[in-house]
Amino acid sequence: MSRSLVLQQLKSILPPASLITDAAAKRPYETDGLTALREQPWVVVLPETEAQVAQVLRICAACEVPVVARGAGTGLSGGARPVSDGVVLGLSKMNRILEIDIDNCVARLQPGVRNLAVTEAAAEYGLYYAPDPSSQIACSIGGNVAENAGGVHCLKYGLTVHNVVGLKLLTVEGEVLELGGKGLDAPGYDLLAVLCGSEGMLGIVTEVVVRLLPDPAARLVMLAAFADTELASAAVNETIKAGVIPAGMEMMDRLAVQAAEDFAHAGYPRGAGAILLIELDGTAAELAALEAEVTAVVRAAGAFSVDVARDAQQQAIMWKGRKSAFPAVGRIAPDYYCMDGTIPRRRLGEVLGEINLLSREYGLEVANVFHAGDGNLHPLILYDANVPGELARVEEMGGRILERCVEVGGTVTGEHGVGVEKLDQMCVQFTEAELRQFERLKAVFDPAGVLNPGKAIPTLSRCAELGGMHVHRGELPFRNLDRF
Amino acid sequence: MADRGDELAASIRDAAESGQRLVVRGSGSKPWLTATCEGEVLSVAGHTGVMDYRPEELVLTARAGTALDEIEAVLAENGQHLAFEPPRIGGGGTLGGAVAAGLSGPGRPWRGSVRDAVLGVTMINGYGEMLAFGGQVMKNVAGYDVSRLQAGAYGTLGVLLSVSVRVQPSPECERTLHFEQDAPEALATMRDWARLPWPVSATLHERQTLSVRLSGSHAGVAGAVAELGGECSDDLSLWDQLRDRGHRLFGGPVLWRASYPPAAPLQGDECAMEWGGAQRWYRSDVSEHVRAQRGWMRRADAPGQLPGGTYSARIKKAFDPQGVLNASLNAHTGDGEASDAH
Ligand SMILES: Cc1cc2nc3c(=O)[nH]c(=O)nc-3n(C[C@H](O)[C@H](O)[C@H](O)COP(=O)(O)OP(=O)(O)OC[C@H]3O[C@@H](n4cnc5c(N)ncnc54)[C@H](O)[C@@H]3O)c2cc1C
Repeated sequence: MSRSLVLQQLKSILPPASLITDAAAKRPYETDGLTALREQPWVVVLPETEAQVAQVLRICAACEVPVVARGAGTGLSGGARPVSDGVVLGLSKMNRILEIDIDNCVARLQPGVRNLAVTEAAAEYGLYYAPDPSSQIACSIGGNVAENAGGVHCLKYGLTVHNVVGLKLLTVEGEVLELGGKGLDAPGYDLLAVLCGSEGMLGIVTEVVVRLLPDPAARLVMLAAFADTELASAAVNETIKAGVIPAGMEMMDRLAVQAAEDFAHAGYPRGAGAILLIELDGTAAELAALEAEVTAVVRAAGAFSVDVARDAQQQAIMWKGRKSAFPAVGRIAPDYYCMDGTIPRRRLGEVLGEINLLSREYGLEVANVFHAGDGNLHPLILYDANVPGELARVEEMGGRILERCVEVGGTVTGEHGVGVEKLDQMCVQFTEAELRQFERLKAVFDPAGVLNPGKAIPTLSRCAELGGMHVHRGELPFRNLDRF
Repeated sequence: MADRGDELAASIRDAAESGQRLVVRGSGSKPWLTATCEGEVLSVAGHTGVMDYRPEELVLTARAGTALDEIEAVLAENGQHLAFEPPRIGGGGTLGGAVAAGLSGPGRPWRGSVRDAVLGVTMINGYGEMLAFGGQVMKNVAGYDVSRLQAGAYGTLGVLLSVSVRVQPSPECERTLHFEQDAPEALATMRDWARLPWPVSATLHERQTLSVRLSGSHAGVAGAVAELGGECSDDLSLWDQLRDRGHRLFGGPVLWRASYPPAAPLQGDECAMEWGGAQRWYRSDVSEHVRAQRGWMRRADAPGQLPGGTYSARIKKAFDPQGVLNASLNAHTGDGEASDAH
């Protein structure tokens, strides 16, 4: 069937405002949060109902037109980046909170609901949704599922996969799978776990049921300042060793602290080489004991100052610097590239030191602001996209950081996903047999490869080629060819 | 302490070639799960040993045949535990078996499930290939989450060789509270408490008594005891009995287990309720009620059936196309008969 026929069919099932073909109107959909990569999609569709999503899938699948799902487009690995001959399936119009069920402590959501909107809607019942990515004012719950998003509170309360109990999935073959529900388990293979973090490769999520947790009785946020990241890293490890699982434990290095302070005026100590933001929660009596314990631990680890925010307003200010750290860093350089490796916590100090050396070797500044309690690094490499060749050097340096993460026993992505960005590093992390197993799993749901082609899992031939390339790291042949 | 990985992989490759079927076994503590399986027993026993454990990482990696007892002893020395409380039936059970069976203990709603704790696995699929998924870190979204998929898969997708699990600090203090309440009262109590930040870590309603386990810091638990009332005890044996199926509940005649939305209305014939109402036990089949409430039920001693359905069958094929591993647990309904959902 010709493209014009496909377009005609899409027109017949969608309201006019839900079909975008005009080049200017398609522009916002050219990229996600990884703005270095852009592509004009063939068509953008913004369905309003599950039935429309199903029809779009049916039409596209029949003609093998690629379909790229898109939530809010805040992803940082190019997962929602369009393909030029494909459809972008935006879920932003399906943004209704279908139900807040306080008897079962769950919320039933359409995929386009913003993350923060869930907690806002649950707040009047004293409940909240725990996973809180820093992008939570914008990112969608469907995108959170697709990336298995994390946040500041994941060390204690888990990732998206731990807080989603049910999903409705539309398969490319037009079937509706209801996985889980409001209970705690379901018979059969745990497809819900597989769907979390599947990057829009297996099906379209059209409904999400999430668990809501009771607000803690009391909480406090502690800001501990250190001379350098090595000391702060040791403090992270000592805290966990003491048997404390903080509700959140985030680190920012000198550059990140300065940028955030200029931007958000959160009162961070400018002279600090690193700070830790530690959130503790529990009953009031519990909190007093915890505060004393953690204060002693971080002091012993070398903190030169410890401040505590006790009321909600002070806490919001203290968190503001952290939550706005990405845009803050965005102001001190024309562009930045965000990495996302995870490493064993005990290697934090060492790997941060190595990143610092790489930064000098490449002459590229790095700001670190990340989920220290989880060992989830976010080096932000500062650069200027207008300088020819600079992006390529950034990617190379980023690649070396991720390969180091794998070497020390970690992973190339903790929460942002592989997308198009880390396909090469996937070849480093997985063997050929493992990649083939991924391919077979993909084929269970989408044998023709209609959904999000070219993302998340590298082809074997790509890895084979790269295997040869790796011998001369940094001297990739065909440097100018589009590597994505 | 031995690594039998290569030998196990060779057995699976041989079986795949000769069209033989294998029944995967750990320590044999949950024999009913594979009671319907035919074939030669492939025992993972002897493939044992804790491979890596650093308390400050909150991660333990052990070979799949390692006894749960051994693992818990190592953890206890460091003030940590397996928060998902896998059953140790008859005192037995291995880490691989616990993951494959997917059974979580009385703390499930508050402390998470087995699959929640899984961080990574190494396994042998039905092709006889040794594969590693996930890892030893808290957060990892590289590739599909094949490791959590193994939880509750009853070994039908592969033989687990090693598992990395997230471990937790053991609570400083635990108490049991007992309240005299009938089932409707208990259900209402549990529903109300679920919305409040009490340090509850398990509940049981049975024989007109609601029992609640509190876990946390001394101060937190003491505060809750003072506010919640009831009869307080430091005897925690009830929770181990429930966990290990040593409770009198499991001693009687036929027992059915149902999983519900926690606040689902009572059917009336419940003989016990756990998990704040989300897990209920019956002496007879009440599937009709359970289905109407969007739950599911199965006999407590039923084989580990994997419902049929297109996607379920295809997943089995993707990992074990010859049907070597515990194959009779996969109900092979034809295409179109979609019972992947429930
Ligand atoms: C400033 C900033 C801070 C961030 N902080 C964090 C953080 O703390 N933690 C974290 O985990 N991430 C963070 N992110 C990354 C990003 O916000 C998350 O990955 C988020 O989950 C993406 O959601 P989205 O709705 O924007 O998805 P998109 O970017 O639109 O899409 C992401 C992927 O999901 C797929 N997808 C989207 N919707 C669906 C659906 N309904 N069905 C199937 N597939 C779908 C897409 O195809 C794509 O592969 C941050 C991003 C920014 C820009």
